[in-house]
Amino acid sequence: MNIMTDSKSLRGFQKHIGIENVSRRSVVKALGLAGGFVLAAPVLSRPALAAYETGADKMPHGVVIDPRVFVAIAPDGTVTILAHRAEMGTGVRTSLPLIVAEEMEADWSRVRVEQAHGDEVKYGNQDTDGSRSTRHYLMPMRQIGASARAMLEAAAAKRLGVPVSEVKAVNHEIVHGASGRKLGFGELAADAAKEAVPSPASLKLKDAKDFRYLGKGAISMVDLRDITVGAARYGADVRLPGMKYAVIARPPVTGGKLVSFDASEATKVSGVEKVMEVQGWPWPSKFQPLGGVAVIARNTGAAIKGRAALKITWDDGANAKYESVAYRAELEDAARKPGLVVRKEGDVDSALKSADKVITGEYYLPHFAHVSMEPPVAVADVKGDKAEIWAPVQSPGGTREDVAKTLGIPEDNVTVNVTLLGGGFGRKSKCDYALEAALLSKALGAPVKVQWTREDDVRHDFLHTVSVERIEAGLDKNGKVIAWRHRSVAPSIASTFAPNTVHEASFELGMGLVDMPFEIANIQCENPEATAHTRIGWFRSVSNIPHAFAVQSMVGEIAHATGRDQKDMLLELIGSPRIIDLSSVKDLWNYGEPYASYPIDTARLRRVVELVAEKGEWGRSVPKGHGLGIAVHRSFVSYIATIVEVAVDDKGKLTVPRVDTAIDCGTYVNPERIQSQLEGCAIMGLSLAKYGEITFKDGKVQQGNFDDFPLLRIDEAPLVTNVHIVPPGPDTPPSGVGEPGLPPFAPALINAIFAATGKRIRNLPIGKQLET
Amino acid sequence: MIKVRINGQEQSWDGDPSLPLLWFLRDEVGLTGTKFGCGIAACGACTVMVDKAATRACITAVSDVDGRDVTTIEGLHPTGDHPVQKAWRQVNVPQCGFCQAGQIMQAAALLIDNPKPSHDQIREAMSGNICRCGCYQRIENAIHLASTGV
Repeated sequence: MNIMTDSKSLRGFQKHIGIENVSRRSVVKALGLAGGFVLAAPVLSRPALAAYETGADKMPHGVVIDPRVFVAIAPDGTVTILAHRAEMGTGVRTSLPLIVAEEMEADWSRVRVEQAHGDEVKYGNQDTDGSRSTRHYLMPMRQIGASARAMLEAAAAKRLGVPVSEVKAVNHEIVHGASGRKLGFGELAADAAKEAVPSPASLKLKDAKDFRYLGKGAISMVDLRDITVGAARYGADVRLPGMKYAVIARPPVTGGKLVSFDASEATKVSGVEKVMEVQGWPWPSKFQPLGGVAVIARNTGAAIKGRAALKITWDDGANAKYESVAYRAELEDAARKPGLVVRKEGDVDSALKSADKVITGEYYLPHFAHVSMEPPVAVADVKGDKAEIWAPVQSPGGTREDVAKTLGIPEDNVTVNVTLLGGGFGRKSKCDYALEAALLSKALGAPVKVQWTREDDVRHDFLHTVSVERIEAGLDKNGKVIAWRHRSVAPSIASTFAPNTVHEASFELGMGLVDMPFEIANIQCENPEATAHTRIGWFRSVSNIPHAFAVQSMVGEIAHATGRDQKDMLLELIGSPRIIDLSSVKDLWNYGEPYASYPIDTARLRRVVELVAEKGEWGRSVPKGHGLGIAVHRSFVSYIATIVEVAVDDKGKLTVPRVDTAIDCGTYVNPERIQSQLEGCAIMGLSLAKYGEITFKDGKVQQGNFDDFPLLRIDEAPLVTNVHIVPPGPDTPPSGVGEPGLPPFAPALINAIFAATGKRIRNLPIGKQLET
Repeated sequence: MIKVRINGQEQSWDGDPSLPLLWFLRDEVGLTGTKFGCGIAACGACTVMVDKAATRACITAVSDVDGRDVTTIEGLHPTGDHPVQKAWRQVNVPQCGFCQAGQIMQAAALLIDNPKPSHDQIREAMSGNICRCGCYQRIENAIHLASTGV
């Protein structure tokens, strides 16, 4: 199948399956920033300057590199740089503008960052997902900065009456070397705005050795101070005059609908003003609202209390029988039979038959919920045929399109203000909560905030899939792996958009299943059918979680069966340093990147294993009850290896004294944020391995809050997480950071538990499996 | 009429006395620094101080704080330079930042009770505050730093 090969966004998906066309506009409107650089010109097309190709152009609305769109300089010298991606903790709202500032020689202390609205015609693609922002925008942001610098230099040369070759930008000024004369950016802004935007081919980028900010890790997030004083503004913090507060009772079963409701008790609650139905969409409902009953009040507390007093009758619909224990049995059954072949090299059946020994591992990973600390929330103000939205969304452009469609108004009439996101992890790529707010505001004729409670969030998430992964590894008499069959069975994200979906999409298969990097003569990957009964969505690192868990656990199992060291086994399976030829795989996703720029390079995979083994002191002696485990995985075109040390006491209590992670993410911007992302992945990985499980009964999610869907707390956190970053080679393309730290963590942990206890955990979460 | 002093300023409330302090602060007073994370005192995002003790605003009724002093993140320090806030910035603790007001208020309350907490004491005192991004290592480091002088 060939769907969503270009994008992790709904829009890319819809284009491919022909649900609808993406509207595109060719007119660019003025930016409206105060100060010198203001535009009224067509957006520049993509330059030929990049040293490498990326998949950025194939994203909806592609890339814009016009400096006049992104940069404004005020007469006092303040440089304003637009951040067009959403900030959810990765630091992207700082790092992309920092790239521009670096290349234009701006002094960071005189730079202001302003958040762009959702407008992809103006800014290019804004979907902040897929660990793409730095990967797709390092070079475009450098070009924007270099263009702005060249325009300032041209203006200065004219003012000074000297050839442009004699002037140079140095720390917020243009300096004429021969005379020592200097002109500040502010003095030049008005003239620079009149200069032609240089052609991409004429741009000269800074030499990396002259970088002041890039790769240094010395710049804190622009929102750091606001966060520590309570001034940072998240979606939940937006307040408008006359704004109403709403919570919604949604159908408890996905695809269910409202039959009737009695609001007589709810309307008696102090502070409740109105109760009304919210439109729902039929299953599969894409990102559209689930529908239900809204309680409108003067504050959120009153709305929640009012909702508890509603009496509602639901029609649970087609998914009312969804039950997790039975569903798991279905998936296991499917995994034990042949399925759609999605990669085939050699002859696995014969090789398994002739093998001296076959090791079989069957692994189960349940649904889990995103539970960003800020539950979904949005504010909408709809007046006539105009709508303004304030929301923590990872997809501002997609939100704008969906609001316009849902309200039946032109996209030009919709403004999407992107607030800070109190966590995203993929949940906030789906804008159903913003659509709910838009519908309610339209109905009430007033601004409305829709606040999801934690229970709403857990029970109406677009959950991480649930999967059974079954691997059979055939070994010859020398213990060499000669056959590898991996069956992955999991309901697909595509099921949320298209009925009758039974196979994983190419972007899911391409996350660690068909791109498995081992040097084995006979490989077969299969994808038996699975039908979804709830909304499935992208969760940080997505299908890499189950695929890497199975593959890397199996490496540990083979090492044990053959009496070899885990790391040595891993390196043997990776095999020789080479670029893997995956031309046999149909629709290889490769994270939407051209394979020429981002091949699977086993030398890089080996290097992170060797680096983490060296820095993480693999093989060190550990106390009794402790164990070391290792795993490596390439995802989002980055290479990550992790070593986990565990301690398991005689009652089965698990602690993690130390974690080491090595990453090769190519050229990078801010190593300090890479470190924080990988520290966070160790916590999230341990959290999902220990506790992460959402279960269904009678079609309903059985959990609701942190009491029954626990997250890892500080007293269980690894004592120390060390991060080791591979220095980039010259012109190594940048690759993902936000997600790839997660997949190798759980299998490294499970391999460590095996080393400590001899117990092989094949089903997540660990829960009570270690208790004795 | 309920009267409560919030960050030194008196506020009054004649609505539902059982309204959680969290929503009174956020929606009625307009102090949005205190966050909603769970509503059942399981995550600590809504932590404020009531008479210098860390308190979960999501399960505290406005009537419970009648006549008392409430301090929110906005009132922790007049210029935002409480040792805990400074340490948080020095260590670059936050990722998304949403839980951090609650974390900082909990840490500030801890240091009132125990100016030099040990590793175990920090982990115990902070175990009611969830950070989904996973900033725990830095939270612990920042509290050590704040307790030893920033």
